[in-house]
Amino acid sequence: MEEKRLEKIDRIVETHGCRKERVIAILQDIQDEFGYLPEDALRRVAERLGVPLIQVYGVATFFKAFRLKPRGRHLVTVCMGTACYVRGAPAVLGELKRLLGIEPGETTDDMEFTLETVNCLGACALGPVVVVDDEYHEKMTPGKVKKVLRKYSTIDARRTRENGQAEVAR
Amino acid sequence: MQGGQGKMVRLKSRDELEQLRKEAKQKRAAFEFMVAVGCEHGAERVSAVFKEELQRRGLSKRIALKTTGCHGFCECGPLVVLHPEKILYVRVKPDDVPEIVEKSLIGKEVVERLLYVDPATGKKIMREDDVPFYKKQMRLVLGNNGLIDPTEIEDYIAIGGYSALAKALFEITPEQIIDEVKRSGLRGRGGAGFPTGRKWEACRNAPAPDGVRYVICNADEGDPGAYMDRSLLEGNPHSVIEGMIIGAFAIGAHQGFVYVRHEYPLAVKNLGIALEQARQYGLLGKDILGSGFDFDIEICRGGGAFVCGESTALIASLEGKIGEPRPKHIHTTTSGLHGKPTNLNNVETWANVPLIINRGADWYSKIGTATSKGTKIFSLVGKVNNTGLVEVPMGITLREIVYGIGGGLRDGKRLKAVQTGGPSGGCIPASLLDTQVDFEKLTEIGSMMGSGGMIVMDEDTCMVDLARYFVKFLTEESCGKCTPCREGLDRMLDILTRIVEGKGRDGDIELLEELGVVLKEASLCGLGKTAANPVLSTIRYFRDEYEAHIKDKRCPAGVCRALITFSIDEEKCTGCGACAKACPQNAITGAKKQPHKIDTDKCIKCGICRTVCKFDAIKVV
Amino acid sequence: MENMVELTIDGIKTRVPEGTTVLEAARNIGIVIPTLCYHPGLTPYGACRVCLVEVVRGSSSRLEASCTLPAQNGMVVYTNSEKVQKIRKVVVELLLASCPNSKKLQDLAASLGINKVRFEIKDRNCILCGLCVRYCKEQMQSGGIGFVGRGTARRVGTAFDVTPEECRNCGGCEWICPVCERACTAGNLVNGLCGGCQNLMPVETCLICIKCSESVGPKGHKTFW
Repeated sequence: MEEKRLEKIDRIVETHGCRKERVIAILQDIQDEFGYLPEDALRRVAERLGVPLIQVYGVATFFKAFRLKPRGRHLVTVCMGTACYVRGAPAVLGELKRLLGIEPGETTDDMEFTLETVNCLGACALGPVVVVDDEYHEKMTPGKVKKVLRKYSTIDARRTRENGQAEVAR
Repeated sequence: MQGGQGKMVRLKSRDELEQLRKEAKQKRAAFEFMVAVGCEHGAERVSAVFKEELQRRGLSKRIALKTTGCHGFCECGPLVVLHPEKILYVRVKPDDVPEIVEKSLIGKEVVERLLYVDPATGKKIMREDDVPFYKKQMRLVLGNNGLIDPTEIEDYIAIGGYSALAKALFEITPEQIIDEVKRSGLRGRGGAGFPTGRKWEACRNAPAPDGVRYVICNADEGDPGAYMDRSLLEGNPHSVIEGMIIGAFAIGAHQGFVYVRHEYPLAVKNLGIALEQARQYGLLGKDILGSGFDFDIEICRGGGAFVCGESTALIASLEGKIGEPRPKHIHTTTSGLHGKPTNLNNVETWANVPLIINRGADWYSKIGTATSKGTKIFSLVGKVNNTGLVEVPMGITLREIVYGIGGGLRDGKRLKAVQTGGPSGGCIPASLLDTQVDFEKLTEIGSMMGSGGMIVMDEDTCMVDLARYFVKFLTEESCGKCTPCREGLDRMLDILTRIVEGKGRDGDIELLEELGVVLKEASLCGLGKTAANPVLSTIRYFRDEYEAHIKDKRCPAGVCRALITFSIDEEKCTGCGACAKACPQNAITGAKKQPHKIDTDKCIKCGICRTVCKFDAIKVV
Repeated sequence: MENMVELTIDGIKTRVPEGTTVLEAARNIGIVIPTLCYHPGLTPYGACRVCLVEVVRGSSSRLEASCTLPAQNGMVVYTNSEKVQKIRKVVVELLLASCPNSKKLQDLAASLGINKVRFEIKDRNCILCGLCVRYCKEQMQSGGIGFVGRGTARRVGTAFDVTPEECRNCGGCEWICPVCERACTAGNLVNGLCGGCQNLMPVETCLICIKCSESVGPKGHKTFW
């Protein structure tokens, strides 16, 4: 593992005083730095904190905020809180799944979009809410989805995995 | 006392705090007007234009501009309130700002088109206090959000902030503080409603050989649809901080934690700013206000786990472990974080404390019902007209909240149910709308107070689908440790999924009820114990819907995809072709200006046609 | 001289040192409460919920896991009341549905009189009792395996699914596992139930019992007598 990378990780651990109980905060900072939690980073954290690797790995796999795989260029988060749900969030999610050809938690093959769901952002008056790269899109309907996605990606063709249909951007 | 260039100088005594307060008040009073812009979804842009415009017009010295936190009237945001008259402008856009400045700040006119229109009377309302949404509330805790900039501690001090702390540190003893909180009748606002004063007392009395005790603020607010705590932390973090310092002093704790859920970055930011400013003024840290009391607060972010709203799971996560709850027979007040006596309270609970210390238990206990004192903030969301945060005295009826404050159901639909208590709560049918909101009464009818989420549902909500939604949510959030919760919820989900897919069987309802009992009795923690409530309450009040799904393979609300068919009403269809164009499956055909038809074999029931049809011609049966 | 506490279990008064769990206190007087995730050499975990007992307080009662419940003065406990039996049966039924291939679990089911599993069998081959995890951590001071994921996705695993450095190949995890201990060897599990060994009761074949037949014995039921 390159020196610079090691240094970054060590610095993060030290910022939290190398305290075992700060492991969640440490992992959050590492994810902010690298976009996800790389294996080598987790190993280094376990080493520096003096805990078995499985303890860090257990925390990394328990909390939804953590990603163990790199994510796509654009993060699409659909709020599935109750208020958004009764206002039609499932239909919005369904349309996103269809257009992107992926399930929540997955990334499109071209690494453009990662789709995630979240159980309530607390912006209930605006629901249904879809957040793309920290930008909130309010009062979403299935009909608005394509337009929103096109704002972020100008790729010409997008394939849905299962049936190989090409959804061509018009 | 501010040093040169507004630098914050440590306050070393109560007198110095009062001096600062005087100065802050004077500064505020020096302005002719104050413009308060609320709602962070859009307020920043409006605020920015105000700033420019005021500068351009040379009014910056006469008019104070405050970008405040949430005012609660989310449906009509961004909101602008002009003080001192408290003229309210709703749905303000950046382009409206120059007109407001011209007409209302320079001139003395009101911009009519930006006033709130009461749908019941059709009349325009000028003043905030006269708007029915606000009028019927009792905004003791949330009300200050509209008066302060959360990133400026002087605002909070100017309106009386930290005076309760000074009283607590210098006028009364810790035992008296606890007594006051006990007598006030304050009960936890996080959901369980445990008497706060008793909790504090237990923590104070628990043996602590090394003198270490902790206080924690639970800002994990995991109930979907609830965002009261978020708005309090973002809009008035000092109210929570002040409450925590008072509590810590009463209990004998010197270290506090605020555990904020991962999904609230702005709350973390504003809280961080507030803590830093409090430290600079010596309201946190060593020798607070010269009292000799040391106390500081650390922010910890959650990792995205609903179960960490449960106090023992939260504590496990603060210890760097996975959020596995512990059995409750070991009280956290005796052995909590790192095995030390720990007092954990919800954000809203802490925010009530300064109020109680300032105005007294006698005053506080007059509000509310016999067993539930004070006010409660609810997030009124869903199919209601006036979506937003409402603060009401305990004992108000659901009807008054939904109709009196909420303005009734949107789109002229019928109320079907109100869901309270999040995934641990239940659905309250329209027939019980005159139930008073209070801890015991809500539990009696099969729901619970919960943290304050209040979701309004109309005839287009399928209660079976809703029960399934909650169970699915909980299967994803269960920590997975104990059998009944992990396996039981999974099996309940299997059954409910079969039902909504039209594969329900005789005996399914009874099996769901049986699993519900097992979850309630055998689960290790509160998440599991209350997990069956949404299912059990919907069975209790909407059994006919379950039976329609199981026996008739029919979804009365028209929601469950496997049981519904989309079709076009030929009478209403104008043949505009909008639906055909929008349909992703090319399932709609028809000639121009002729009624169109949906090929049900191709239809995937995505609902897009319904959202684009301007003639309400899409039928769902 | 330690503090002693006095409690009543199944009507029998007994005194135990403070800190003793109700499970241990019961065993002291010969009452054996069934367990799955408990082992005397490891810290109690309280996950399986099989050892639940009914603790009576005035006119109300609560079910608590006896392996983690400290005995207290004046406690009144019932280890096999009707409520306990009813709940315990469903808990084991749920475990059977996700891990039928364990002799220990099948024997426990038989002893409780379970003759029907009403849930679809989704065999994950683990009851998530955590004995292996605790053994590795506490006995071997190693911490090579642990819990990964959450909820129904929770499983016992190693970091990145590779053999951890800490692993000393002691085999303790396998030894202590109630599932690995002895797989159910009856062969044809019928809807998650064995019907062999200790089960003398007829095992129901149909997921929905419509009582079409008075005769006992499902297809493939093998007896080991």
